[in-house]
Amino acid sequence: MRMKNIAWYALFTFPLLFIFTTVVIIPFVIGIAYSFIEWDGIPANPKVFVGFENYVALFSDQRFLASAGITALFTLLSLIAVNVLGLLFSLMVTSGLKTSNAARTMLFMPNLIGGLILGYIWQFIFTDAFKMIGETTGWSGFFFNWLLDPQYALIALVVVFTWQMAGYTMVIYIAGIQGIPDDVLEAAWVDGANAWQRLTRIKFPLLMPSFTICLFLSLSGAFKIYDVNLSLTNGGPVNKTEMFAMNIFNEIFGYGNYGLGQAKAIVFFLIVALITLTQVILTKRREVQM
Amino acid sequence: MSKVWSRRILEVLLVVFAAAYLSPIYVMLVNSFKTRLEMYENALALPSRLTFEFYAEAMKKMSFLTAFGNSLYVTLTSVVIVVILASMTAWMLVRTDNWVSRVIFLTFVSTMLIPFQTIMMPLMQVMDWIRSTLQIPMLNTHEGLIYMNVGFHAGMAVFLYHGFIKSVPIALEEAATLDGCSKFGVFWRIVFPMLRTITVTVAILDIISMWNDYLLPSLVLSDKGLRTIPLSTFYFFGEFTIAWNLAMAGLTLAIIPVVIFYLFAQKNIIKGIAAGAVK
Repeated sequence: MRMKNIAWYALFTFPLLFIFTTVVIIPFVIGIAYSFIEWDGIPANPKVFVGFENYVALFSDQRFLASAGITALFTLLSLIAVNVLGLLFSLMVTSGLKTSNAARTMLFMPNLIGGLILGYIWQFIFTDAFKMIGETTGWSGFFFNWLLDPQYALIALVVVFTWQMAGYTMVIYIAGIQGIPDDVLEAAWVDGANAWQRLTRIKFPLLMPSFTICLFLSLSGAFKIYDVNLSLTNGGPVNKTEMFAMNIFNEIFGYGNYGLGQAKAIVFFLIVALITLTQVILTKRREVQM
Repeated sequence: MSKVWSRRILEVLLVVFAAAYLSPIYVMLVNSFKTRLEMYENALALPSRLTFEFYAEAMKKMSFLTAFGNSLYVTLTSVVIVVILASMTAWMLVRTDNWVSRVIFLTFVSTMLIPFQTIMMPLMQVMDWIRSTLQIPMLNTHEGLIYMNVGFHAGMAVFLYHGFIKSVPIALEEAATLDGCSKFGVFWRIVFPMLRTITVTVAILDIISMWNDYLLPSLVLSDKGLRTIPLSTFYFFGEFTIAWNLAMAGLTLAIIPVVIFYLFAQKNIIKGIAAGAVK
């Protein structure tokens, strides 16, 4: 009987475990080893063990440090924009208006379109469409080619990422708002709380679980951005908008520095793990029990 | 009276706002019909005539139908395999509560934090090794991509199924076992049908992310004929950036399948997204 149960257990779990191990676990472990060698990716060439040299080198890689800074700034701006907008949308479509469902459907739609394609659509808007509008209206202080200016290009990335993610967080905030019992809000109303107080004193504290999820999702999504980065700016102008993920990709597959690139990839993993776990622990602490 | 009216105005404003939010889609659509001259005259105006010549051209240059077929095959096969294997695994892990199951489950969940960029290079080395040493074509085949898709989506799917199965009562399964049903029969006849809600969630989340995925397919597939929609869009765009009208027609084509999917499964998608995130 015991043997038979073990056989069933293996039959049910082994196939997925096998695939998972070969695709995720083994490459992850090998990846750590790769970060200690120097190699150009050509199978015939030798892999030289260099110890922590790659890790030392990446801290003096100005382009890498710059991309870390840009990624941090981008993540911060996106985090704010995505969540403010998502929360605002969710409040708008849960206000009981008849057109709420139609609005929700439309606001969520950009989220389904892949980042690569979104980036291309917006590339046209920020470059040619903006330039044309500027020329016809004369408002060229705002309508010019945003992607040629490092600062505006970064803002453009925030805009596109926000456009994609706001509908996503909206859906999660809606679920949170609908989970707030009516009698709690009614009791507050009877006690004389105005709309603003009901929002900030009742809804927001009870929405803390939704904040946790949305912050987590937008934080890790923004930090790991690649597709939109590739199709909207491709790191330009002159690498000024090259984010973390793109820097790693270019180092490995563009310049053929497999060891150094992999060391960056491991650092990238450590940072992602650290900030997302810290953020979840911090906001979890602030959640209130009903 | 005035209260009713102000409500009506708010309702209209809400829809107008939501429609304005989608204006980039409008810009894409109108310019996919315009000639170069017309486009530079006014990028925001409606086209003066409806011509599908750019669509025909984009369709040919992107090999759109092939790419669509490739995307469909890769996405659907991957999702079906993920659903079958992850639900079976998660069920066993929940119903066999010992340290082995707990370690396996924790491994699945904790690896969800690993960014793709951290494993992409070593993954390609491993797959290349399998290809050259074991003669299994993992690279430059749809099946290889499907295999990797399944591996990357395993953690999330097991996590979602695991959480759901914990709330499914065990009594029915015990009764079926007493009646002489094998584990296989118990799972497929009794348990799996009860997992419908979470299966929809897993399927929708995975369909969206696999359909739109660019980076993994770009590393795995090199033959032109194997390209999925994001890949063919990328190569198409690289060649025709200057011809914006043609590019816009291509992008519209690339979005059409997504929009159709959204129109048909809208309720399930929004519910699935919310359920998948809250877990």
